[in-house]
Amino acid sequence: MSSSDTPPALYAAHEPVFPRRVSGTFRTLKWVIMAVTLGIYYITPLLRWDRGPNLPDQAVLVDLANRRFFFFMIEIWPDEFYFVAGLLIMAGLGLFLFTSAAGRVWCGYACPQTVWTDLYILVERWVEGDRNARVRLWNAKWDFRKFRLRMTKWTLWLLIGLATGGAWVFYFTDAPTLARDLVTGQAHPIAYTTMAVLTFTTFFFGGFAREQICIYACPWPRIQAAMMDEDTLVVAYREWRGEPRGKLKKGEVDPGQGDCIDCMACVNVCPVGIDIREGQQLECITCALCIDACDEVMDRIGKPRGLIGYMALKDETAERAGREPKSVWKHILRPRTILYTSLWSLIGVAMVVALFVRSPIDVNVTPERNPLFVTMSDGAIRNSYELRLRNKHGEDRPFRISVTADARFRLALEGGESLEVMVPADSTLTQRLYVTAPAGTSAAKTERTDIRLWIADGKSTDRVNVDTVFNGKGE
Amino acid sequence: MSRKPIKQKADPETTGHEWDGIQEWDNPMPRWWLWTFYATIIWGIAYTIAYPAWPLVTQATQGIFGQKNRAAVAAEIQRYEDANAPVEAKLVAADLTAIASDPELQNYTMNAGGAVFRTWCAQCHGSGAAGAVGYPNLLDNDWLWGGTIEDIHTTVSHGIRNTEDADARYSEMPRFGADELLEPEQIDQVVNHVLKISGQEADEALAAEGATVYADNCAGCHGEDGTGDRAQGAPNLTDAIWLYGGDVEALTESVSNARFGVMPAWAGRLSEAEIRAVAAWVHSRGGGE
Repeated sequence: MSSSDTPPALYAAHEPVFPRRVSGTFRTLKWVIMAVTLGIYYITPLLRWDRGPNLPDQAVLVDLANRRFFFFMIEIWPDEFYFVAGLLIMAGLGLFLFTSAAGRVWCGYACPQTVWTDLYILVERWVEGDRNARVRLWNAKWDFRKFRLRMTKWTLWLLIGLATGGAWVFYFTDAPTLARDLVTGQAHPIAYTTMAVLTFTTFFFGGFAREQICIYACPWPRIQAAMMDEDTLVVAYREWRGEPRGKLKKGEVDPGQGDCIDCMACVNVCPVGIDIREGQQLECITCALCIDACDEVMDRIGKPRGLIGYMALKDETAERAGREPKSVWKHILRPRTILYTSLWSLIGVAMVVALFVRSPIDVNVTPERNPLFVTMSDGAIRNSYELRLRNKHGEDRPFRISVTADARFRLALEGGESLEVMVPADSTLTQRLYVTAPAGTSAAKTERTDIRLWIADGKSTDRVNVDTVFNGKGE
Repeated sequence: MSRKPIKQKADPETTGHEWDGIQEWDNPMPRWWLWTFYATIIWGIAYTIAYPAWPLVTQATQGIFGQKNRAAVAAEIQRYEDANAPVEAKLVAADLTAIASDPELQNYTMNAGGAVFRTWCAQCHGSGAAGAVGYPNLLDNDWLWGGTIEDIHTTVSHGIRNTEDADARYSEMPRFGADELLEPEQIDQVVNHVLKISGQEADEALAAEGATVYADNCAGCHGEDGTGDRAQGAPNLTDAIWLYGGDVEALTESVSNARFGVMPAWAGRLSEAEIRAVAAWVHSRGGGE
């Protein structure tokens, strides 16, 4: 309120939003994206992938207990977590790219909050009717009908929430086994807790919080503002074409009137409850439903479409001056988006290469530093190394250990007669290695000698090496 | 996007901030934020009632849930001890030399033994078991009383030269100088002999004399050739390892005043499982026989 006698209120009550049904290009696109994203989410954990006898056969599995991540033919160990970091960086750059090209497309089409809210609104409309019916029901006194409709809606919402949480836990353990355990009450309490939490959050975020999450809880809208520029395509109202707005009267043509007939269709379909005609606003998730709504009206009154449409700031200037706007591709292809695309591809290619050149065997070497060396009774100098041998094969493999260096060394494994150690399938073995420089040799006498340890797989040609140092007595 | 903001009646004031024509509206906060804030206050008060919180004169308020961290820790420790009980029983029953061939037992033994060592042994032998002057290095292949796992187990159980355990390993070297068993010249001679047999630089003439002194006074324990005798804990004098130092001063001191290293008996202080674990751990550090 701008009146000077009453100070503005510090707090405002939540105003419920009742989006009206709309159909059109973007609504169809959003239905397709919803079907695809929800389909991926619910079906993925059910897919099977044969990996041999000792490994799980779930195509996508985050095995936290054994610290493995399985993704179809790819198996990621904890030491390869950089792949996950790489994926996160790619996801970040992807968001930068899409935001700088077309604004909040992520928010408007693919964000889980948007997809699930859309689904919840669909259920709401199906149970309670379209906008006007829902507004009436909202204002109605609580009677049996309202109670019945609300209970039906909430039950359906809860079931969707339960399915959301139910699918989530399937990603972390064998889905068919867990499904059976969940039903028979034998699943781990964490599975039930996770499901309960996700059921509740889905129910609450999709059913009640909705646009409040986007406006107040999510940091992404604030960050996105930094990635948009005058070439970014955003949903906008062509005010110079629409204004001055006014009701359309039958048979009358007012030459001074703009194309906007103030029918409020754009406002009524908006899931975040804003008026796009007021300009770009931080609440707008660019879901483009107002475009569909306005185009429908424009068709009906025989005006060209696009009073509300995707537009870049640069076009506004051109269009006001009566010039042709730039083509969409000219907006999208610019140094910024090309840079994001190149970086994105670069990291993607690097990760694919890293994925294919990685070795199925691996070793970490920790030289013993307490003490640095031990003098043996014959005067020889011995160093100890802790080897962490990783066998990523599905079967036991013998690992052979050897050393290359300028000096002469004797090797021995703790508890072993030979220099070969059997590493069990798909696991890490810690093995102590002794490297001894005979008395009087150069390595025994010098303080540091560079050595290279080699680990070779006895059943294939794979071998890896690690450079480390041998600590001698010094002069 | 529009040039002129279309002001409507219900629009709030702006904050007066403006960047490149972008104005910041002074919107009211959503009311539910306020409720969230009140909810946190209620939660905070409820928490201090439920759990130990407010400091009083001698102790804090105990909270109606009866949460006690000490009891929780004790219960947690008990839980682990109960869980370890079967493998500990297995360790006590096992043949010491057979531990390594049972992966589950070996894994437990190494972890438990390392923990016992760092708690009870590291003070003298060092956290890395490398010892110090007077405290044997447990990583090398030289053992005064034997380096098999059974030998180590006996040493840890009963200790060395202590007075509390009748089965402690015991030996005593005479104080050749202090008790005037040898003349100072003879001590010089025998020290040079020891230098010579351990491959160090020695005065050949003195060493030759020393050989006789050695044969008469030292060979009984350290052996004719100086390689020592484990039954008596007599060190090998020919190798590169010296518990108290192998140079002229250290050797002279050792011959004159003798050494009397003591290790406590652990049998009464540690459980049999702990002793077995630490014996196996020491045995696995690179010097075990």
